[in-house]
Amino acid sequence: MYNKDTISAISTAVGSAGIGIIRLSGKDSIAVADKIFFAKNKKSLRKIETKTATLGYIKNFSGEIVDEVIVLIMRAPKSYTCEDVVEIQSHGGGVVLQKILSLTLQAGARLAERGEFTKRAFLNGRLDLTQAQAVMDIIQAKTSTALNIAQKQLQGKTGSEIRALREEILKLLAHIEALIDFPEDEVEELSGGSLQNQIDNQLAQIKNLLTNFERGKIFREGLATAIIGKPNVGKSSLLNFLTDSDRAIVTDIPGTTRDVIEEFINLDGVPVKIIDTAGIRNADNLVEQIGVEKSRSLINDAQLILALFDSSKNLSAEDFEILQLIKNRRTIILLTKTDLPEKISVAEIEKLTDAQIIKISTKTGAGMYELQQAVVNFVGVVDLEQSFIRTERDADILHKVQKHLQDAKVSLLNGLEIDFISIDLHSALELLGEITGEGATEDVIDKIFATFCIGK
Amino acid sequence: MESNFVVDKYDVIVIGAGHAGIEAALAAARRGCKTLLTTLSLENLAMMPCNPSIGGPAKGHLVRELDALGGEMGIAADQTCIQFRTLNTGKGVAVQALRAQADKKIYQAYMKNICENTANLDVKQILVEELLIEDSQVVGVRGEQGETFLTKTAILAAGTYLNGAIIIGENSYAGGPNGQRAAVKLTDSLLKNNIELRRFKTGTPARVDGRTLDFSKMQVQHGDASPLRFSFLTAEPVLNKVDCYLTYTNERTHEIIKKNLHRAPMANGLIKGVGPRYCPSIESKIITFPDKERHQLFIEPEGLNTQEFYVQGMSTSLPADVQIEFLRTIAGLENVQIMRYGYAIEYDCINPLQLKPTLELKNISGLFSAGQTNGTSGYEEAAAQGLIAGINAAAFVKQESALILKRSESYIGVLIDDLVTKGTNEPYRMMTSRAEYRLLLRQDNADLRLTPYAIQLGLATPERKKIFQRKQSQIQLATKKLQEIKITPNNQLNDSLENLKIGAINNTMQLAELLRRPNVKYKTLQKIFDLPEIDDDSVAQVEIDLFYSGYIEKQAELVEKFDRLESQILPLDIDYSEIKNLSLEAREKLAKIQPHSLGQASRISGVNPADISVLMIWLNQHK
Repeated sequence: MYNKDTISAISTAVGSAGIGIIRLSGKDSIAVADKIFFAKNKKSLRKIETKTATLGYIKNFSGEIVDEVIVLIMRAPKSYTCEDVVEIQSHGGGVVLQKILSLTLQAGARLAERGEFTKRAFLNGRLDLTQAQAVMDIIQAKTSTALNIAQKQLQGKTGSEIRALREEILKLLAHIEALIDFPEDEVEELSGGSLQNQIDNQLAQIKNLLTNFERGKIFREGLATAIIGKPNVGKSSLLNFLTDSDRAIVTDIPGTTRDVIEEFINLDGVPVKIIDTAGIRNADNLVEQIGVEKSRSLINDAQLILALFDSSKNLSAEDFEILQLIKNRRTIILLTKTDLPEKISVAEIEKLTDAQIIKISTKTGAGMYELQQAVVNFVGVVDLEQSFIRTERDADILHKVQKHLQDAKVSLLNGLEIDFISIDLHSALELLGEITGEGATEDVIDKIFATFCIGK
Repeated sequence: MESNFVVDKYDVIVIGAGHAGIEAALAAARRGCKTLLTTLSLENLAMMPCNPSIGGPAKGHLVRELDALGGEMGIAADQTCIQFRTLNTGKGVAVQALRAQADKKIYQAYMKNICENTANLDVKQILVEELLIEDSQVVGVRGEQGETFLTKTAILAAGTYLNGAIIIGENSYAGGPNGQRAAVKLTDSLLKNNIELRRFKTGTPARVDGRTLDFSKMQVQHGDASPLRFSFLTAEPVLNKVDCYLTYTNERTHEIIKKNLHRAPMANGLIKGVGPRYCPSIESKIITFPDKERHQLFIEPEGLNTQEFYVQGMSTSLPADVQIEFLRTIAGLENVQIMRYGYAIEYDCINPLQLKPTLELKNISGLFSAGQTNGTSGYEEAAAQGLIAGINAAAFVKQESALILKRSESYIGVLIDDLVTKGTNEPYRMMTSRAEYRLLLRQDNADLRLTPYAIQLGLATPERKKIFQRKQSQIQLATKKLQEIKITPNNQLNDSLENLKIGAINNTMQLAELLRRPNVKYKTLQKIFDLPEIDDDSVAQVEIDLFYSGYIEKQAELVEKFDRLESQILPLDIDYSEIKNLSLEAREKLAKIQPHSLGQASRISGVNPADISVLMIWLNQHK
């Protein structure tokens, strides 16, 4: 699996404008690039110094020029992956990048797996776990706001919050262990009340971190949003309006069995991921015909529902069914086609729902600003100074830590002795170490000696 | 005597007759090996040069384990100790530990008698100066008179005697503890054979004259009313014969010490060795914790037939005049006379990373090492290693497989694994916090965990075997019965349950369920149910297993996970430099330590989880 072979991939997001980069890493990366790159100064890449840029052409094996490019060489170990790395910077769009990529593959590289550069960097000791994950997030950052968050991560902001929590657990555990290992030394007693306070504090910190994870997730993965409503209520018009601008980023997700297209809309910095846009766009699609059925299945996956009602028509039986479906769901109600004569009013809908109601027209653009603000408000004001938990893995660890702290509290409330409290605290400490890359036992022992005057 | 005269030929020669050497020699001899125990003074077998006590948290656990494996320390302590206390009651069943005050002389006499009367074992006063090694294999030892003993294996258990130096204030001289000689030339022999040595230090407080102490100014500490015992074999109750006393330093004490700090060996540069953090000198305590207004001191008798008292907590290497001055500031010690000064001792020890988990040196076949020579401190730590070294030296001679205890089954396993995997930068002391599965490693179940090994190795006497098997079958019987008896709620039953303060039941359940309730005891259940009559020790096991089952299962799951890595054996001939995906640091550390399993590899500092993934993949590829 972790072989010495050379990997290659397009390392800029598909569809992004500007420069596209193809990155190679591995023992033969310079040799591979040399086969398809022809420097203007006629030098072979093998003879070019590390960390220098060389201008030249990428040519295919028939000698035809594919693109004019800049090639950057970073020799091991002073590179991102600690291996020989070559970056080919192309001006071309997606097609040209694909061509260059396939030339590198023909020249002896292997297509990199998702995240493999980062994995190699990590395995070669270049990045710690936290950094490696933040790098992956940068790659996946959907909007510039999200990019900001990801960069904060790299500087270790989240790490510091988790480390602070770990430090508190460590302190408490060291206190317990000092009492156990040095029973005749003057270590102050730990009352049940104080123990419970400290565990409660730790639980509050975890809760914050996990809330923060949920919010960070929105910025990383997009706010999963379902647009629902009966046929011809204006779902595809809304989608077209929202995506018919440079705000939309369309991403292909290869490897999935269905040819799903996720569309991301940037609403004032909030990446909104519209679920099942294919279903909406394809007007002939059966799915669009059976609006209620489809709505039912969509709302389960959604963090936010945009429920559309045609203001130019009276509410139908289907509309009432949809109103039922969105009860107790996080929903914004949109009254569409307000450029047409009004048949149902805001007041009328208000009687049927607690959700916020906005009148829109995709023809005139009316209500679109309000919709944008409503979504932003829904997500909440984002404090970029705050950092986010990045991955499901970390969130999963935090959930487990939470469980251990809760168990420790239960043991305490059940009147069990401090040794039993220490079991769960120790597990919590070890788990947090999986995020920060620190061990537990030695740290506890060091802490005991640093904190308490031991020495009978 | 003629130089290089060959005196005799042995299977196992043990160098040093302290706590490690004695257990090593006894284990090897009891396993049928012709064994020689050497010491530089027959007066000082099993000497306790520091505190007059055995046991305490983790250390007491070690003694119980040692006993379960057929070692001698537990029996000797039960026979000769003069005060017994259980520590950590109320902190959890697993961390409760017995600590006893020893009568040093009686303890030594007991051990000397045992050693001199053990079959296959010779005890001789010989200062070993040289290891005889041919082709990286130990073949003999040579004493200072030029006498040579040939052997198949040797066990280094030289304690603090290796190139020992005593330091008191501005004075320093070569020597071992309590005015004994040091073993100077043996150090050269070790260095010559490419054994890496380091310099550690430790210290001890003054011994004072009991006739000059005013005990009325101190708090008295009695022994327990009905004390526990160290050995699973001790049937008779052990007796408390003495008290200990508690007093405190004060600001005047601290002033005197501060005023004279420039005369302390750590300040004047006489001490270069690394001392233990858990056993700091009084001068270190005052420097490190300047805000502490007083430090507690325990005044402990050194024995029944002596006026010497040990001033626990006052370890020092300040000059003699300063020692007298500061001791006399302490309540109850105003007129104290010092009988022996406190001192620091520096000594050579080996870097334990050179050892296999069997305690054999990696680079010299048949040479084992145990105790303070391996960088540990403490009588119990030494004895535990001695036993394992003795068992494995015998295994080497008999060409049987070695005994490597796992971290998940014993403190001894934790101790040795820590030493050979992580090494140590200070004299290593056992602590319960070093054991990740300590709920399973209780002093009450040490026999259930380890006595089967003793039986297998031939170290269990018939008596031990009988006691063990009886306990085992009682536990099985009671547990089975508790599961078999199903109880169904009815008025009559609930009335009697209420009467016994057990509480009524609402559903049909196994009787075992009741024992999971707080404050329900086996003996109480016996009053209304037909449960077998079993010994108290067995009752304790049954109750602990049921009442703490949730926690025990939790740890058992962790152990299962741990064992998965532990059981993946790494071949000794791996060329780690060939596995390129390993980090550079991991590659170096793995090559140096040569872990025997993936589990051990995962505990080496500098080997990260990614390296373990790489190794795991590599192992799979090379199966």
